[in-house]
Amino acid sequence: MERNSIRRVYVWQLPVRFYHWLNALTVTTSVITGYLIGKPLAIQLGREASFGYWFGTVRFIHFLAAFVFFFNFLFRIYWGFAGNRYADWKNFIPTRRKQWKEVGQILKVDVLQAEGKPIESVGHNSLAGLTYFLTFLAFLFQSVTGFGMYSAMSNAWLPRLFAWIVPLMGGDFAVRQWHHMMMWFFIIFSMVHVYLVFYHDYVEGRGILSSMAGGWKFIEKEVQPKAE
Amino acid sequence: MTDKRLTIWEQARLHGYSRRDFIQFCGWIAAAAGIEATGVPQVIAALDTKPRLPVVWFHFQECTCCSESFIRSSHPIVSDIVLDKLSLDYTETLQAAAGKQAEEALHQTMTKYKGEYLMLVEGSVPTEEDGVYCCIGGRTALDIVKEAAANAKAIVCWGSCASNGCIQAAKPNPTGATPIHKLISGKPIINVPGCPPIAEVMAGTIVHLLAFDRIPQLDGLGRPKAFYSRRIHDTCYRRPNYDAGLFVETFDDENARRGYCLYKVGCRGPVTYNSCGVMRWNNGVSYPIQSGHGCIGCTEANFWDNGPFYQHLASFPGFGIESTADTVGVTVGAITAVGIAAHAITTNIKKRRQLRQEIKNSDSPAEEKKGGE
Repeated sequence: MERNSIRRVYVWQLPVRFYHWLNALTVTTSVITGYLIGKPLAIQLGREASFGYWFGTVRFIHFLAAFVFFFNFLFRIYWGFAGNRYADWKNFIPTRRKQWKEVGQILKVDVLQAEGKPIESVGHNSLAGLTYFLTFLAFLFQSVTGFGMYSAMSNAWLPRLFAWIVPLMGGDFAVRQWHHMMMWFFIIFSMVHVYLVFYHDYVEGRGILSSMAGGWKFIEKEVQPKAE
Repeated sequence: MTDKRLTIWEQARLHGYSRRDFIQFCGWIAAAAGIEATGVPQVIAALDTKPRLPVVWFHFQECTCCSESFIRSSHPIVSDIVLDKLSLDYTETLQAAAGKQAEEALHQTMTKYKGEYLMLVEGSVPTEEDGVYCCIGGRTALDIVKEAAANAKAIVCWGSCASNGCIQAAKPNPTGATPIHKLISGKPIINVPGCPPIAEVMAGTIVHLLAFDRIPQLDGLGRPKAFYSRRIHDTCYRRPNYDAGLFVETFDDENARRGYCLYKVGCRGPVTYNSCGVMRWNNGVSYPIQSGHGCIGCTEANFWDNGPFYQHLASFPGFGIESTADTVGVTVGAITAVGIAAHAITTNIKKRRQLRQEIKNSDSPAEEKKGGE
């Protein structure tokens, strides 16, 4: 093992990192406020309604986070065409045989921890890319259903664009139910995502944890950055 | 039934109403249809010159609560609309005729006023087993609907049964109960959902058709915008409690006594479109939330399947009646956490082995020459 011959590669460009942390912030905010909206705290204030607005504020924060989240998401899609090879959209949709092969390899080595050749992707590995693609679908679903519900209380053109989802899903109740269920996808994704980042840093020592702060990863000299 | 159809004004005069009564009625009717004061002359002109609208009113899979609601309409008085101003030629519940005479009246209207009569439908139509679950005069509801709709000017679907299927269409829907808009196409269909709809909403819809001779503005689900564009929640007098985060926890607590928001005990106000909060029921006396019970969302499709009514989230199919999406989410989350813990343990075992191997390698002189760790 030529562990001393390590070089660093600039993987995550500033817009990607910025997107990542803004996304983390807005998703966390949305999940917390969203859960509270679905299950408000039993604060026994015993006072008149005109003296308080905390639930209104929780909802406002949810909507605010959702708008930022949505535009941030749109930006990331744009960056999938404008960014470097590690940000490219082709990382997320496994269209080539090689990518599917890598998915199987990762399931074997990283998830089931069987013996095998270690995976040496520089950017996202194929399974991670595929998972992020699923999260993008979840982002889309959450945006559409969220704005669909919001359209009932807004005349702004943006939420009105999504009003069609309500009759399509059979009413506001169904939309709310699905929007709520999808929240759990975000929670469980975050658990696994955070764990796996620690896992990779822990067993590979390539600085994956800090890569989302500074953008650099460390790779062995002989590993060629994949031409994506 | 005379051959020459009288106008509504002529009909009213025949019944002994004065011009003053008539104008007053026009004022009511305009208000019920949500028309502003400057529109009243238009209503008067329409009722002055237009002949009475021939109407057939069908009852299929339903409980007649729509009719019950309708005859309790306060403004304008329902007898004025239905019995005097419309020409209600066929309705199973109210007509005096029976059997052959009733069927004849129906067919007379359908042939004589081809393309002119208004078709009102109360109830859904069963489609399973060739529709045998609802037969009138030896014919299936499906058959009757198709025949009557073919030459109707417009169709008004009373109540949730005709608009979205209501309880008959709830799972598992053994009779294949189907709302009208899924059976008929190419005709203007107005959905007036609710179980039952508010009497004034029903009257307002009819009045609009009567006065303007065209269907009112409809939303994406075919409901008149005048009555169904806002959620119960948006017009609820308890809304300030919602925004302030003041909720009823159980129906017998202090918060319920104080009249806080019923959101946490399952109120469907935020997902239900109707005018209950504005028009209220029984001459504006009250509506469910005002009486301390959450809205059950009776205007919305599948509201029976979205139960239990006293829970904010619906029960999750396949996980028992009490479990919601949250129960399932927490369970899946816990399984994930266990999986992560197990994975972390095996990772550590693997890493220890690897480290031991690497230390051993670096200790051996052969490895040291190569550079090692």
